[in-house]
Amino acid sequence: MTRKDVVITGIGLVSSLGEGPDAHWEVLSKPGAAPVLDEAAFAPYAVHPLPALNLDAQIPKKGDQRQMEPWQRLGTYAAGLAIDQAGARGLVSDMHLIVAAGGGERDIAVDEAVATALCTTPPAEAGPILNERLGTDLRPTLFLAQLSNLLAGNISIVHGVTGSSRTFMGEEQAAADAVRIAAARLAEGRGGIALVGGAYVSQRWDLVLLYGAGGAVWRGPFAPVSARTGAGGFVGGALGAFLVLETAEHAAARGAKPLARLAGVACDATHKRAGGASAAAAKALHAKLGAPAGAGLGVLSGMTGVAEARAEEDAFLAGLGGAAVRRTGSLIGHGVEAAFPANVALGALALSRGGFYPAMDPADAGDGPVERILVTGFGQWRGEALALLERAA
Amino acid sequence: MKDHLGRPLVAVTGIGIVTPLAWGREANWAAVKAGTSGISRIRRFPVDKLRTTIAGTVELPEEAAGGEVVSSPVRVERMAAAAVEEALAQAALGAGGAFPGPLMVGMPPVEYEWPQRFDLARRANGNGSYRAATEVAAGRQDLYETFLYGGVGERLAARFGTTGAPIALTTACATGASAIQMAVEAIQRGESDAAIALGADGSVQPEAVIRFSLLSALTARNEEPTKASRPFEKTRDGFVMSEGAAALVLESLEHATKRGATVLGILSGCGERADNFHRTRSNPDGSAIIRAMRNAIDDAGLQPGDIGYVNAHGTGTPENDKMETLGMRAVFGDAPPPISSNKSMIGHTLSAAGAIEAAFSLLTIRDQVLPPTINHNEPDPAITLDVVPNVARQVSGLRHVLSNSFGFGGQNVCLVVSAAP
Repeated sequence: MTRKDVVITGIGLVSSLGEGPDAHWEVLSKPGAAPVLDEAAFAPYAVHPLPALNLDAQIPKKGDQRQMEPWQRLGTYAAGLAIDQAGARGLVSDMHLIVAAGGGERDIAVDEAVATALCTTPPAEAGPILNERLGTDLRPTLFLAQLSNLLAGNISIVHGVTGSSRTFMGEEQAAADAVRIAAARLAEGRGGIALVGGAYVSQRWDLVLLYGAGGAVWRGPFAPVSARTGAGGFVGGALGAFLVLETAEHAAARGAKPLARLAGVACDATHKRAGGASAAAAKALHAKLGAPAGAGLGVLSGMTGVAEARAEEDAFLAGLGGAAVRRTGSLIGHGVEAAFPANVALGALALSRGGFYPAMDPADAGDGPVERILVTGFGQWRGEALALLERAA
Repeated sequence: MKDHLGRPLVAVTGIGIVTPLAWGREANWAAVKAGTSGISRIRRFPVDKLRTTIAGTVELPEEAAGGEVVSSPVRVERMAAAAVEEALAQAALGAGGAFPGPLMVGMPPVEYEWPQRFDLARRANGNGSYRAATEVAAGRQDLYETFLYGGVGERLAARFGTTGAPIALTTACATGASAIQMAVEAIQRGESDAAIALGADGSVQPEAVIRFSLLSALTARNEEPTKASRPFEKTRDGFVMSEGAAALVLESLEHATKRGATVLGILSGCGERADNFHRTRSNPDGSAIIRAMRNAIDDAGLQPGDIGYVNAHGTGTPENDKMETLGMRAVFGDAPPPISSNKSMIGHTLSAAGAIEAAFSLLTIRDQVLPPTINHNEPDPAITLDVVPNVARQVSGLRHVLSNSFGFGGQNVCLVVSAAP
């Protein structure tokens, strides 16, 4: 089967640093960029907060905004930015969609009140009271705001994307596979244009609780990803990241200018991480992509800061010679399902501007100019993923 | 060995099914052909103050023996593992935990449930705040790995030795069909010769029941549980939540033939179309579900007239069944093929439904028996379809079945299942 070339024609990026390609390039292309942090609200956990967004610009109907909570709004907003940059508003009806999703917000106040009130009540007594409380306290629409597949649903409703709609679940790995499969479907001729990405809202206790139980969240004052001692951990970063992918011929036919060529995406998930298994898996993916090493290669690492994954990734990166490595998590934080698409977006941005980024983390080494960019995605628990980007022809 | 578009034909060589009716393919199929309902009063938790007190439930053996009720991800994983085991045994492929292809897991989103919340609050000396829960949850790798979205898929992938990263996905009520579509595409694009597609759901717990109830999606016909699910019938007033799992072993026809496997059928077409009308309702013009049905038939290289039977989405909500009728008439014209709803017997197994119904579609072709739509007492004059009322029907010459799945959030997926060539 002939594989069609796949290019990136739009990126929609929102992080604690701001929104859009210009804002990110402005901050990240200059040395000495500093992370935006809130170290108080979720202490002892630091977070990179969501910037103020003019939601009306991407979600014009207030009714739609009300049906969503921050996670769906952020994703829907970032998806709209990507469609706009690609100039693809007129192409949404046949645009394919894959979203990598976690769960949406819960009603924290209800959860805390009910847990406090009923935790010591014997189950047979607590059951009926729980039923009554939930029946009266839960807002019906909150269910829809929480459902994972309703981020995709809202993107269909707000932006009219209706070619197809799939939602992958599984933290970092889900997003890498989303990008991989969206690109593979285009390459084999299933449609000409696709939208893929995810969103992560860092200012949520329910997520700190979930990921914190596994020791995956960094506890203590902010430190760059390479400098998080002990078991390490990630600092959650608000992140909305969507990509418009197109076959090169589809983009050319409508006169859209590609930001970069997506040369390949490869994913795996070793069942045991430590002891070199994960690094070896990544090395095999690197070979599978036919990716280069050494000078001229830029690496945008999705390193979370979780120590076990970091050790494996460091071992993999050590085999890439003099490549210029940038640990983006030290400036934008870790956005779980949005991390991989965000780093692909930052890669496309750099290639489109003909430059690369200065060091973002004390461990970052190597220097430009950069011809090709490798994006890494070692999940906090499982999953290894790589994407290779090249300058668009 | 190739289809009309030059892609490898995708064969089904193994089927595994778990529903409230039974653990196991043949026992399920026998019960469905007999028109048996698997719906009962919920016994898993107190139902006082609930509007709906019935569901289809699948108890694990240790629960049936009086053990503690497990959480949704545990139930999903156990049912899924049983369905995959059964499918692999039938396919005689991937023994010893080394399956030669990827795993596509259709499953619901999972999260801490109230037993976990109460437990953490007790450990925090009665403080139910998230901050306190986070403190006492530190080091609870068990909670983390159970409730991570990637957890169930990771454990199943490790157990069955599937290749690459497992992909867990959700498209609401179309999830199981999406998982099958993902597996078919992987084989069609030559990524692998084989794949496992799975749909599983085990969401009958208080909060999920209440949430669906608050959306006015569930019937409250609690008095006679076995009569509650009434797809296409005049007095239908909502669906019945249920649980289950189905797994298919898929492989290229060439791969199956070479190794001398018995081909149970061909997954000949997949079609999808998203709706942008409303979060829980289809566009009144039916355009998205019509396109999904047509896309599946086109993808199989068939004409509507080639479809001999439709396995309905048929949830039993007033809205769905009306829209599905509209779609059927638009696609098939004045003489639509018979259509029936398994959900009349097993309820709506949500993320599992698309996979379970594809599995039943294959068995429909194998035995040339259309399963009935039970509880069909009063025909709805607006449902101008042959719904195979109440009693299974023997047919002959049935080669192609369309299986419909329409989800909340506008995610619609249809599959065409065909007889082995």
